[in-house]
Amino acid sequence: MPTFYGTEVTSRLMLGTAQYPSPAILADAFRLSGAGIATVSVRREAGGDQAGQDFWALIRDLGVAVLPNTAGCYSVREAITTAQMARELFDTNWIKLEVIGHADTLQPDPFGLIEAAAQLAGDGFEVFPYCTEDLVLCERLVEVGCKVLMPWGAPIGTGLGLNNIYGLRSLRAHFPDIPLVVDAGLGLPSQAAHAMELGYDAVLLNTAVAKAGDPAAMAQAFGLAVEAGALAARADPMDARDMAAPSTPVFGKAML
Amino acid sequence: MSGPFTIIGGGVCGLAMAAELSSRSAQVTVIDLKSAPGDHACSWWAGGMLAPDCEGVSAEPEIVSQGRKAARWWESQGGTVHHEGTLVVALSRDQSDLATFARRAPTATSLSKTQIADQEPHLAERYSKALFLADEGHLDPRATLTALHARLKQRGVRFGTDIAGRVIDCRGLAARDTLTDLRGVKGEMLVVRCPDITLSRPVRLLHPRFPLYIVPRGDGVFMLGATQIETGERTRATLRSAMELMYAAYALHPAFGEAELLEIGVDARPAFPDNQPRIRRIGDVIYANGLFRHGFLLAPALAQMTADLVLNGKIPEVWYEDHRER
Repeated sequence: MPTFYGTEVTSRLMLGTAQYPSPAILADAFRLSGAGIATVSVRREAGGDQAGQDFWALIRDLGVAVLPNTAGCYSVREAITTAQMARELFDTNWIKLEVIGHADTLQPDPFGLIEAAAQLAGDGFEVFPYCTEDLVLCERLVEVGCKVLMPWGAPIGTGLGLNNIYGLRSLRAHFPDIPLVVDAGLGLPSQAAHAMELGYDAVLLNTAVAKAGDPAAMAQAFGLAVEAGALAARADPMDARDMAAPSTPVFGKAML
Repeated sequence: MSGPFTIIGGGVCGLAMAAELSSRSAQVTVIDLKSAPGDHACSWWAGGMLAPDCEGVSAEPEIVSQGRKAARWWESQGGTVHHEGTLVVALSRDQSDLATFARRAPTATSLSKTQIADQEPHLAERYSKALFLADEGHLDPRATLTALHARLKQRGVRFGTDIAGRVIDCRGLAARDTLTDLRGVKGEMLVVRCPDITLSRPVRLLHPRFPLYIVPRGDGVFMLGATQIETGERTRATLRSAMELMYAAYALHPAFGEAELLEIGVDARPAFPDNQPRIRRIGDVIYANGLFRHGFLLAPALAQMTADLVLNGKIPEVWYEDHRER
């Protein structure tokens, strides 16, 4: 199982906690999928006096590791303030860092991301940066202290899957020792399995489960797919080829 | 047995409870913070949509089946229900959300541009496709609560401060002191006046980030709702929330850009972890709570089942918990 900042987690599936029909269904989704990490947003829920305590207590009751995030933050300052608040609320140095650069696509702001990651890492945070699959950006994030990378599959909430297989594969090849998590854009379990087959360590998703007709069943499907994909990656898959290769020998035909 | 009963809380839950019990000849006292319905109850800020089919897209089947009783009940208590159905639309780039909604709302029918023009001429200018849920209705929450309060007084329901007889606790989020699994879900809403557009029925705009409903209140006034944030904060409507509601309304129809802003409202809905209500017995007290975003939709069923329980000993078919057995 993947190890993030020295902590081995219990599952390769990480689930967001927003947009479920109810907290009870959210809990079912975690139970049936075996997801090991819950991400939780604190920006809006904190209210004037941390009035989101009731919901956060429900998240803690899930019994999984909590990864607070800075969802909805558009500036470095906002993201850092939110991270500091999250550290206090959840008593963890983990922070999933989102610095959004574009309101329509929710695309990460790579420049703000590096700046915020550097400051937070310097302040003792263990940063999980939500980034694009850009190799140079990822190198910079590692340079400023990130020991996990979370490239997107596709824009948040789109369900488009893995938009740039080449880019994701290239990241895996360049960072063999850094845990890589596909974060955002997944719509189907097969896409999560594909990420695992590329050698990724985990996937993080929210909308695909929360907005399914039966979120708990979809979460379970993702849990199975992630395991299948990881198992396949370990089993050293065959390489694709152009010519048919009969599994039973065929005699009497010309072999080219 | 016909009481006496004391209902604590005069929001939609408490008043519906008082109405149901008093219409079955029980003697009822209501204790509320104030002498008349007002903004101290979160139902004051409600949309007042009686839309079980739309809610069923993401809510449990019990909410749909129990919610279907609401319109008739409110009318039986003298309320005015508009039976105009619900119209559901999505912006052109979110058409997949409309397809998903149609699949999950079996009673929805698809409308063409011409059919939209028959229902809501102003929307036909912008939408060539919509969903229609014919059996849904809506009411004006404030007018309904105020009229029901007056009617209950006429009927002999007392509004006082002294507890007499059996207590039915309908305090909403305030009952968190006893109901530890109750939480608040913050909601913000706007009221605007927009004479440039006419709508006859609630319209829902599906949007991945800023879903919106608009409920016409007559005289060019519209209620725009509502955010849903996991916090128990009952005050402090934020700029971001107001902006999201305004943005969505403007996207629904640009005529809302010239609307006059009349009100920004905020409160927190009481909810249990499964977002379904409960009739919970603790000691001698009955707690009716957790109506979440379904106050006007589910208060009637909750009141009827509670009345059946306290008057006839009939165990409610859903949502009942007897904590004495634990």
